Amino acid sequence: MNSIDAIFTDKGRKTLIAYITVGYPSIESTLKAAPILAEAGCDLIELGIPFSDPLADGATIQNASFHALQNGVTVKTCLETAQKLSKQVKIPLVFMTYLNPIMHYGFDAFCKACSESGISGLIIPDLPPEEGIELEEAAHRYNIHIIYLLAPTSTEQRIVTVASHAGGFIYLVSVTGVTGARKDLPPDLKSFVSRVRKATDKPLCVGFGISTPEQAAEVLQIADGVIIGSKIVRLMEEDGSLSKVGTFIRDVRGVMNTSK
Amino acid sequence: MNTLPDERGYFGRYGGEYIPEVLVPAFDELKRTYDSIKNDRSFWAEFKGLCRDYAGRPTPLYYAEKLSQHCGGTRIFLKREDLTHTGAHKINNALGQGLLARKIGKNRIIAETGAGQHGVATAAVCAMLGMECVIYMGEEDIRRQAPNVLRMKLMNAEVRPVTSGSKTLKDAINEAFRDWISNITTTHYLIGSAVGPNPYPMMVRDFQSIIGSEVKQQIIEKTGRLPDYIIACTGGGSNAIGIFYPFLDDKDVKLIGVEAAGRGVETGKHAATLFAGTPGVFHGAKSYLLQDSDGQIMETHSISAGLDYPGVGPEHSYLKDSGRASYVAETDKDVLAAFHLLCSIEGIIPALESAHAISYALKLAPKLAKDKTIVINLSGRGDKDMGIISEALGGNL
Repeated sequence: MNSIDAIFTDKGRKTLIAYITVGYPSIESTLKAAPILAEAGCDLIELGIPFSDPLADGATIQNASFHALQNGVTVKTCLETAQKLSKQVKIPLVFMTYLNPIMHYGFDAFCKACSESGISGLIIPDLPPEEGIELEEAAHRYNIHIIYLLAPTSTEQRIVTVASHAGGFIYLVSVTGVTGARKDLPPDLKSFVSRVRKATDKPLCVGFGISTPEQAAEVLQIADGVIIGSKIVRLMEEDGSLSKVGTFIRDVRGVMNTSK
Repeated sequence: MNTLPDERGYFGRYGGEYIPEVLVPAFDELKRTYDSIKNDRSFWAEFKGLCRDYAGRPTPLYYAEKLSQHCGGTRIFLKREDLTHTGAHKINNALGQGLLARKIGKNRIIAETGAGQHGVATAAVCAMLGMECVIYMGEEDIRRQAPNVLRMKLMNAEVRPVTSGSKTLKDAINEAFRDWISNITTTHYLIGSAVGPNPYPMMVRDFQSIIGSEVKQQIIEKTGRLPDYIIACTGGGSNAIGIFYPFLDDKDVKLIGVEAAGRGVETGKHAATLFAGTPGVFHGAKSYLLQDSDGQIMETHSISAGLDYPGVGPEHSYLKDSGRASYVAETDKDVLAAFHLLCSIEGIIPALESAHAISYALKLAPKLAKDKTIVINLSGRGDKDMGIISEALGGNL
């Protein structure tokens, strides 16, 4: 069994997923942050491999990616970081990145390296399932899930197609937009989640734009999990000791547990 | 007969649709609409009518006698896209996609621009069709192509400076994609080159192939036969594919794309994607690109903002691998010399982009027999480049 599937077997527990960009603000902070996130109540960590042209990302993650690359972060750095972290934390780790760095590394070689580094899944915002066949085959050989995305604009037919390819869980993009914290949840989120729910029994995690414990609680009334990215990246920027990040995750976890 | 791309948007192994999920329905709609107009005679009649009455087509095919003599006698013809309304071939595609957006029912247009020529063409078409227009342009390009920024603003376009990455064309495309992802239901992204996800490379090619179709007729009228060489500058590759496409099945016509070698390919400061790049996925399609050993997209350099791009249209990648077209690269220095030569002996000020094609022709022509003919796509005029030229001359104009 892939370790991602295991976290969704406990139906009583909602899933909290954190995103961090590898090497931002520094490699040390990435290494330090993951155990804090795990201990504070995260169930899965997305490690962002920085890409030079992150066109699905808003200002916060663009900036993080830019500086991580300036810091000299490479795909190899990310694999090494994952390997170190997978020995320290028990929760699953996945990579989030764009397709080109993976293609350049080679699909089979990359999936093999991922599996050796304790990575359980891949999230690739510029890879729809139609273009993912070759990578899916490689991922399958090494027991790695490809986690596909759906958006509020996805049609019913599209939902069925994507769900049939989805490994682990489906990443529901809450907004018609790029990543980044937002003040309010979109009004059509509930109907979007229920449209997907009707078409599949795969776990559904909602991300993009979620930045407060209250928003997380609201999302979890309808979804199985919540993904928080830009907010965490910003907290790591603000507070190098990472105590703010820990407090924030504990707050989110707290609200999740009480609103159950 | 060339029937590419295939139904999945591939030219051989290049192309495809590597797009974020949120864009999928918009692409389905775009493909459906484009399919429906492909054989719709009224659409093409309106397009050609506007190309004629608004853009000033057909553009002349000019026999450049003094340039030909300068090169030893091989006959050189210039396809005068510089004489179109707004000053470059970009207007052809802007008109086509503008009409297409109206057909889809979208009234807000976004576009990227490098040299500003596509931005100006898009601004003009939006003003004429009564559409809202937002142009993304790198801060560095805004600086070096200031006259075009003013022209866009005069035609009611909003020009949004892009400050991320290298602050040039590729970053403007990233920002346009982000806008589109956020405003997908109201907005059409009017991509200016034959790049991006399917169906853009095909659509842009089809709208631009009016250039090659005209050349085919004009060269036969003037010389009684097809040309031996067609030369066009290649950044994303829209003017090149536009003039190449109608000749793809005429195997005796040699097709040559000229990329930007910048300060020299060996210096790393260039934009010669096909000449020096490797395949990968960028801006939604698989194609050659300039990337480092880790698959990160590299920053490019060229004296011409319009060629300053690390990718290239997928059909060019296919034509390169199949050997149907060949691709070379010219340095800033040689391009400037070619620019000055054309100004002084023909009285034509070419865009710095187009001067790349002239520069290569100056090297090729003297090696050819006198009975050979060359057609160069003079894709745009150089008025916008006066600032750069003045800088290059150290202010001593």
